[in-house]
Formats: sequence, C-alpha cells, structure tokens
Amino acid sequence: MIDLSDVTKRYDDFTALHDVSLHVPAGSLTALLGPSGSGKSTLLRVIAGLEAPDSGTVSIDGEDATRVPARRRGVGFVFQHYAAFKHMTVRANVAFGLKVRRRAKADVRARVDELLALVHLDGLADRYPSQLSGGQRQRMALARALAPGPRVLLLDEPFGALDAQVREELRVWLRRLHEEVHVTTVFVTHDQEEAMDVAEQVAVISEGRIQQVGTPRDLYEHPANDFVMGFIGPVTRLGDTVVRPHDVAIVDEPGPGTREALVERVAHLSFEVRVELTLDDGRDVWVQLTRAQAAELELEPGQIVWIRPSYSNAGAFQAAGSALSVAT
Amino acid sequence: MRVSRGMRLSLRTIALGYLLLLLALPVGFVFYKTFDKGLGAVWDALTSDNAISAIKLTLLMVAVAVPLNTAFGVLAALVIVRGRVRGKALLNALIDLPFAVSPVVVGLALYLLYGRQGWFGSWLLDHGIQVIFSTPGMILATVFVSLPFVVREVIPVLREIGTGQEEAAATLGASAWQTFWRITLPAIRWGVLYGVVLTTARALGEFGAVSVVSGKILGSTDTLPVYVQNRFEAFDLTGAYAASAMLALIALATLLLMTKLQPKEART
Repeated sequence: MIDLSDVTKRYDDFTALHDVSLHVPAGSLTALLGPSGSGKSTLLRVIAGLEAPDSGTVSIDGEDATRVPARRRGVGFVFQHYAAFKHMTVRANVAFGLKVRRRAKADVRARVDELLALVHLDGLADRYPSQLSGGQRQRMALARALAPGPRVLLLDEPFGALDAQVREELRVWLRRLHEEVHVTTVFVTHDQEEAMDVAEQVAVISEGRIQQVGTPRDLYEHPANDFVMGFIGPVTRLGDTVVRPHDVAIVDEPGPGTREALVERVAHLSFEVRVELTLDDGRDVWVQLTRAQAAELELEPGQIVWIRPSYSNAGAFQAAGSALSVAT
Repeated sequence: MRVSRGMRLSLRTIALGYLLLLLALPVGFVFYKTFDKGLGAVWDALTSDNAISAIKLTLLMVAVAVPLNTAFGVLAALVIVRGRVRGKALLNALIDLPFAVSPVVVGLALYLLYGRQGWFGSWLLDHGIQVIFSTPGMILATVFVSLPFVVREVIPVLREIGTGQEEAAATLGASAWQTFWRITLPAIRWGVLYGVVLTTARALGEFGAVSVVSGKILGSTDTLPVYVQNRFEAFDLTGAYAASAMLALIALATLLLMTKLQPKEART
C-alpha cells in the first residue's frame, strides 16, 4: 500500500508535481499514465526515494517514508534502460540486493535460482548483461528488483526501450507475474493501451497533476475531463461536444438531433472502417464503424449523410479503444 | 572515401616516418648509446651509490604521488560529476592548473611558500622539518604536477556510465560505500587505470618543478631526471644514458603492465 499526500516537487522554476495525492491499494497493479514531461516518472522516483519532494508525504504500508533513504524503503525499482550491472553476471546482478544485506551464501543461491526460474532465465545465469537481449535484460532487472522481497515494486517505462513484439509479450508476462507474486506494483507508461491492458487501476497524470484515477473501464466510459477523454481513447468533435468516434451514428435521412455531413473519405482499416466527413458548418469530424455497419451504409466519398451522437454502442469501448490511440 | 593504393601507401609512410623521427628514433638512440661502451659500463653506472639513490628517490616519488592523486582524483571526479555542491566549476578549473602552469613556476611557488623565508617554511624549519632542497619539497612538486591525470580520465567515464546503476544499487539496499566499491569503481576502473599510468609516467619523469626544489645533492636529493642532467653536465655520458634508459624502461614497463591488465574489449 502506498499513500502520497500533497506531494510537490520543483526543479528551479519548473514544477514537476503539484500537490499530488494518490492511494495505491495493497497488492494492486497500478499504472501511472501520462504524456512525456507530465511528471509520472518523477512521481515514481519520489515513491522510491530517488527524489525528495519539496513538500508532502509518502507513506508505504502505513509508515511515513518521506525522509527514509531509498535503500531502506523496501522498494524494488526497474529502470527503462535496465541499469544492469555490466561487470557482473546475471546471477551476481540478481544476488546483489541479498549480498549487500549479508545474507547467508546458501540462502542467496537458493533465492537467486528461484527468481531466475520465475523470470525464465535459468539457463543464462553465468552470462553477462551484454550477452542478453533487451527483453532478457529487463527480466533480469525485474528478478534483481524482486530478490530482496520488496514491499513495493516500481517500474519506470519498463518496456519503453523494447520493440513492439517483445513489449507485448512482456506485458502479458508482467500481468501473470503479478498474479503470482502479488506485490504492490506501480508502473509508469505513456502508452494508454499498455496501461489499460495491464493495470487494474490507472492514474492519469498531466502537467504534474493527477487528472483522474480509476479502473480502465471507468476512465474510458466516464472521463473526468477533456484531457483524460482525449488521452485514453480516440475522440472527435461533433459541434461543441467531444465524443468517441464510435459513438457517432450515420443515417441516410434527417431526423431529430441529426446534422448534415459530406463524406470525404472512407478508409478500410482492419476490422474498423474510418469515415471522414465535413459538417454543414465546415468542420471536420470522423466516425468509426464496424465493417458490417459500413457495408450496410454503402458510403461513397461525395455522398450527403446525417450524423448524430449515439451512446447505445458504448459497450464496444474496449475493442475500439485498443485499436486507435491519440497521438501523444 | 576511396583512397588509391599509392595514396594510402604514402599516408602510411608519412605517419610512420613522423612517429619514427620524433618518438622511436630519439628513445632508441638513448638505448643504443647506453650500450656503446658495453654492458659492464652500464652496470657500473647504474649500480653506483648515486644512481641507486636516484632510482630509489624516483620510485618514492611515484609511490607517494600515485596513490595520493588516484584517491584524490577519483574523489574530485565524483564531486565534479555527481556532486550537488557549489564551487564545482571552480574545482574543475583549478584541477587543470598544473597543466597550464609551467613546472618551473610550480617549483618557484613552492620555494616561496616553503623556503627559508616562506610563509610556512620558517615555521616548519623551526619545528625541524626542511621542505625545500629536501625530499618533502620534491614530493610536493611531483604531486602537484601529476594531479590532473586521474581526474581528467575518470570524469568522462563517470559521465558516460550515468547514474542508473548507482540508483539501482541504492534501491537494492546498498549503502553509498557499498555502491562505490561494488558498482561505481568497477565501472570506471579502466579510466582510473589509464589515469594511474599517466600519473606514474609524469611522476617518474618530472624535471622542472622537482629540479627547482631539489637540493641537487648527489646521492641524496636527486631523482632520476635530475641525476641525468647532473651526469650530462659532468660529461659522464655513459651515466646519463644509462639513467635515461632506466627511466625509459620503467615507463615502458608501466605501459606494458596496463596493456596486460586491460581486457580484450577495452583495447583498441
């Protein structure tokens, strides 16, 4: 369990965190999601004790840890660029946190073997980090962080330096690992799909402030403000309202609440069809349809149609949300 | 860029010729001249009491200056790169002072401070410690001129490795002391070693500063370079060449030792 209250962090004239308060339940898997420069990594480093807040408090498992140095906080930290100890073997890397605590040799060995099996690096114990792939290095870093039995596991953009396929694999794997180990985990990411996919709770951060905290579904269906709405999933403007592009219905005749629009372009992307239109007031709007819907409407560029907001199909949020993301 | 065969050949000749003329030939010539009068003469020249005293004193310079400047150099580099203290820029600039100031000026400055009429010198003399024209002064001069090497070699390596590994060690429960010995020092070891070699070479060979504060008392306050000059001026060419060759041999041995210690991937 982690509790942050009114944490503020300034660097010269730049305020990285403004009065941030956050509760991370024991045993949960929480994502800190935000664009780069939003303060999410700073927040993680404050929890770890790698940065000291200018004001506010950090407590871990109910104990005030604000003035406790990083090495006594009982946190495991995984860095984006692995921070592997290059001059040590995989085994020595993982054993480091146990050796500095002067644990008995036999215990260290047993614990390291157990962890290497957990992260599927059993056969690579005597390699050096430079002989591992990026994904293997990050798994080693994770085993190293878990070795001393931390109360809290913190991951700073853990998959940020990996290629797309490895990212996807490690994401699934992290979720499974969390189910097995069940340590309170916080990970930082700028990728909304990653956050929504892995985390049970997501805290959206922007400009040093927490915008909203909730389950992935909460955030998608009930965003607290335009920023969260735009960051969590695709949006388009229908007149003065911001809506999800799959919450817009296209009909072939005017009705209550409809607006006239001209079809500009129809793009068939995988399972979704993206329709770009111009409204009667000259503004652009785009709509996401399923292939079946698009086939039924038989849309052609140049065609006049009518559109209106429709929240009836809001249940389809997850599929649509993971297909497209707002550029951040 | 494509370079023709002839062009490549002439570039190689120029580079090698330059090295040969400026480096290999003079050093080689010293060795050649050393053995001009036969091995026996060299042996006699090197085993004379004065020569042995000079060799011992030179090794003492190295034995004091190298550990001192290595410890100080690593510490100063850590402060400059990792520290959050004021005055880092000033420290950084001061460290280059021994590079910038001529060694003779260094010797003179030491003389002014520690000499009979100097600020500290008279007090120290009253307490029975003679610095100038004696071993302490020569050590001071050697430490001064060989100070920047370790710092300058370590700073870029420290910058390059970044703080990630040190932060990881901290979150894993390591104290600052454990982090330094187990993480930072192994990560910068080749930089330190190279700095040590350069410091050694400089401490061995320093002439200007040491010569000012050395009493030039044969068999007592002569280091090898000062002894070489002494022999040269006394028209004892065999002695001068033999001592020179000795100096060059110690320096070469240091270089070889470093190459041996370095792992394959660090060699270029």
